[in-house]
Amino acid sequence: MIEWSGLHSALDPFGPQAARVHGLWRFLWIVSLAVYVLVIAALAWAALRRRTPAEADPTPRPAAEVAGPALRTTIVGATVATVLILFVFLVVDLATGRPLTAAPRGGRGALEIEVTGHQWWWQVEYPSSRPDLRVVTANEIHVPTGRPVVVTLTSTDVIHSFWPPSLVGKRDMIPGEKTSVWFQADTPGVYRGQCAEFCGYQHAKMAFQIVAEPAEQFERWMARQRDSARTPADSLALRGQEVFLATSCVMCHTVRGTPAGSRIGPDLTHLASRRTIAAGSLPNTRGALAGWIVDPQSIKPGTRMPSNQIEPDDLQALLAYLESLK
Amino acid sequence: MTTQAVRPGSTATAPDEAEVRAALDASWGRPVGLLGWISTVDHKDVARRYLVTAFVFFILGGLDAALMRIQLARPENRFLTPDQYNQLFTVHGTTMMFLFAVPVMTAMGLYFVPLMIGARNVSFPRLNNYGYWVYLIGGVLLYVSLFVNSAPDTGWFSYVPLAGPGYTPGKRADIYAQTVTFTEISALITAVEIIVTVFKHRAPGMTLNRIPLFVWAMLVTSFMILFAMPWVATASLFLAADRLIATHFFNPAEGGDPMLWQHLFWFFGHPEVYIIFIPALGMISSILATFTRREVFGYPVMVLSLVATGFLGFGLWVHHMFATGIPQLGQSYFTAASAMIAIPSGVQIFCWIATLWVGRPRWTVPMLYATAFVVLFLIGGLSGVMVASVPFDLQVHDTYFVVAHLHYVLLGGAVFPLFGAFYYWFPKITGRMLDERLGRWQFGLFFAGVNLTFFPMHYLGLHGMPRRVYTYLLESGWGDLNLLATAGAVTIAASVLLFILNVVRALRAGPLAGNDPWGGETLEWLAESPPRPYNFAFQPVVQGRAALWSRTPDAPVVVGLRTDMREVLVTTVMDAAPDNRHRHPDPDRMPFVAALATGVLFISLVFTPWGLPVGALLLAVPMILWGWPNEEDNEKQRRQERETVT
Repeated sequence: MIEWSGLHSALDPFGPQAARVHGLWRFLWIVSLAVYVLVIAALAWAALRRRTPAEADPTPRPAAEVAGPALRTTIVGATVATVLILFVFLVVDLATGRPLTAAPRGGRGALEIEVTGHQWWWQVEYPSSRPDLRVVTANEIHVPTGRPVVVTLTSTDVIHSFWPPSLVGKRDMIPGEKTSVWFQADTPGVYRGQCAEFCGYQHAKMAFQIVAEPAEQFERWMARQRDSARTPADSLALRGQEVFLATSCVMCHTVRGTPAGSRIGPDLTHLASRRTIAAGSLPNTRGALAGWIVDPQSIKPGTRMPSNQIEPDDLQALLAYLESLK
Repeated sequence: MTTQAVRPGSTATAPDEAEVRAALDASWGRPVGLLGWISTVDHKDVARRYLVTAFVFFILGGLDAALMRIQLARPENRFLTPDQYNQLFTVHGTTMMFLFAVPVMTAMGLYFVPLMIGARNVSFPRLNNYGYWVYLIGGVLLYVSLFVNSAPDTGWFSYVPLAGPGYTPGKRADIYAQTVTFTEISALITAVEIIVTVFKHRAPGMTLNRIPLFVWAMLVTSFMILFAMPWVATASLFLAADRLIATHFFNPAEGGDPMLWQHLFWFFGHPEVYIIFIPALGMISSILATFTRREVFGYPVMVLSLVATGFLGFGLWVHHMFATGIPQLGQSYFTAASAMIAIPSGVQIFCWIATLWVGRPRWTVPMLYATAFVVLFLIGGLSGVMVASVPFDLQVHDTYFVVAHLHYVLLGGAVFPLFGAFYYWFPKITGRMLDERLGRWQFGLFFAGVNLTFFPMHYLGLHGMPRRVYTYLLESGWGDLNLLATAGAVTIAASVLLFILNVVRALRAGPLAGNDPWGGETLEWLAESPPRPYNFAFQPVVQGRAALWSRTPDAPVVVGLRTDMREVLVTTVMDAAPDNRHRHPDPDRMPFVAALATGVLFISLVFTPWGLPVGALLLAVPMILWGWPNEEDNEKQRRQERETVT
């Protein structure tokens, strides 16, 4: 079922947060099913039971007059049972909720990430007190397995909501406010997340991926992301860089190491290292990338990315350049 | 000044019935022609218009949903553009909540509350007429905007800053704000009318503890409207002001706060659900009593449950906002409150099952719908308790799980009882019976369709499908269940078509119903079908809780009210003892004119702030004429007073 898009289900938990909620869900589901079966059985019995001629008397009467004391006791009992079940529910809910919101154990060792919502993509930053150690990327969050990750969330425009269901429940991203959520991925893998608060035209195509990998691999990724883009070696890609810098690309995008430094759209410094483009809408293949550059409005109508009329030769060069941004 | 209005006695001592009827027909009749039609003050005329209009909006809202279901039937479908989809889901929600559910419920109240309490009309009948036209204008505004491709597209909840001036240029969000304003005015008017009617116009003998459960339900609903609607009025006013005159209520950059909108909206929005749901509870009690031949078990408990639901309904709003990062103590409070509201609902279901247990059920179509309520609503209620849990809610909030939950609550909890109520009261409203066999088919299709459409959505939500998305990836694996849901939507559409067919056939050639086709418990079945404009030639005096079942053959009636002009009896709040007589308004055109002026006021506010002063001046004219004293009438009354004294 899952190919390039990543795991995406509250019923497939891959971290302690989502696993606790999954356990809670099983509890809720079993209790609800039991309550449902009991009530419907009572309803069916009341509707279909055989009645004595006296009971079936069509003369209108108050139900309370016909009912024996046993019926009254049953109703009181059912009500008491309802209250007790709800009380147990409350206790289980609070017991599940506490560890979810409390700071992660070994809080100091947690990885800190800042995610900012934009219409319709995610800016991802790994902050550091040293500017040269800071990493900026988009729509793909790499995390080490087995280590808590604290994500600070905000938005530059409207309200979005950060939600990778296989790892943790959602948290809104509100302009002018900072919210946070923490999670931990126990198993290496690709987990999909999607915006969960309606945010305009392309709310449907605002996804991201969390790539969980062993610590070493993660550190290698971080190191590569910190680098600026290398000037391409082959001539086609070099021409592609000229195309990039001479067309409207530079109006919105950054490629570190080149004069392109605008922060309206996603940072493209290491575009080729990402699995998807257009905020999880397409796999990062050459064909998809070409289609996205030439006609983004038919793939993601309303996206802020304009259509670009580029000569076929220039397009090939541009693609070669973008694919070199590893 | 009160004459003795109640005189126990046999029909022999009462005035001649034919004579009284002729006089009442003359004084209470509606003037003929188009002008007469728009100037009606009869609660049944107005309620019928509300019912028909709300049903038309139900169809339109359903068509919106059908288009969305076609779009979602396949992954990456291109049947609708995202812009069209966003308009459709916004208009679907706005229609169903503001233009269908609330008006249709209050319309049932407007029609049956006066009949059930033995009154001639509602209080403030001209205001009632005004309220209908205001509602109609608001609804037409929304659909005109949809047909010219500028309907609101930010959701029925219309969160800022998305709906603010920065991110929704154009007039779409302004149209939303004004549509909301129109429907609020109309709902508030209805609420005030129902409250005053129930408190001051009950037939003598109908003490507070004899009020039918449906009337209690409408009373609780009306109080909820009274306390909930002003908040959304405030919010939509702020939104309109932010957009029109650049205020900054919701602009974080200028010290405003987008969370303010969410609190104001949900402080209305959650009670809104109960405003829709509580009348349905009253309908079930009415249907169940009639078809089991038993007064509903545990009347005081039932009433207290309704009142408790009304109160608790105001303490839950934050459970729509768990994902915003509300402090944990606050969240726990709202979890507990949300779980607590399950108790009164549970108690009512238990009492109904007990009534069914001791009753002699007759499985008519209304009974099928009332029973299906339990089967479906319970699913929505249980999933409602689930989403009250913060950790679980954070996984399923804004997913199709919640779409499933809310449709089980609103369709199972409100629309099923409502269809039951249509079948039950159709004979009273039209004088003709709906066909039972067609009704059973319609019920079966509707029941199957609702489950087919909405049950799979629980699973989709748990597997990560968010709400309000115009499409989804092929890789998501959500395609099959979405296709199933679309098939369910087709089934629902077939069922609604069958209902329309049934209504059309019944109106043309349905069997005549007579006054009381079901052997009903409450006073509306004493009136003719359809009732005369004055409802009862002689207002009944109530002798017991089941007003009609406890009625003796020599039951007393109210006499001593004038028949040559509209006069109604006012009774005391607690005991419904006759208090005084009240001159009741005649038909009047001014409410209609005032509604048009109100329309000009609010619609022009979509475009210019000058709409306010100009529209207000325009509105002042019919309002002043509306209140202008009628000298001739006053003279007539003074003369009568003198005659009574001498």
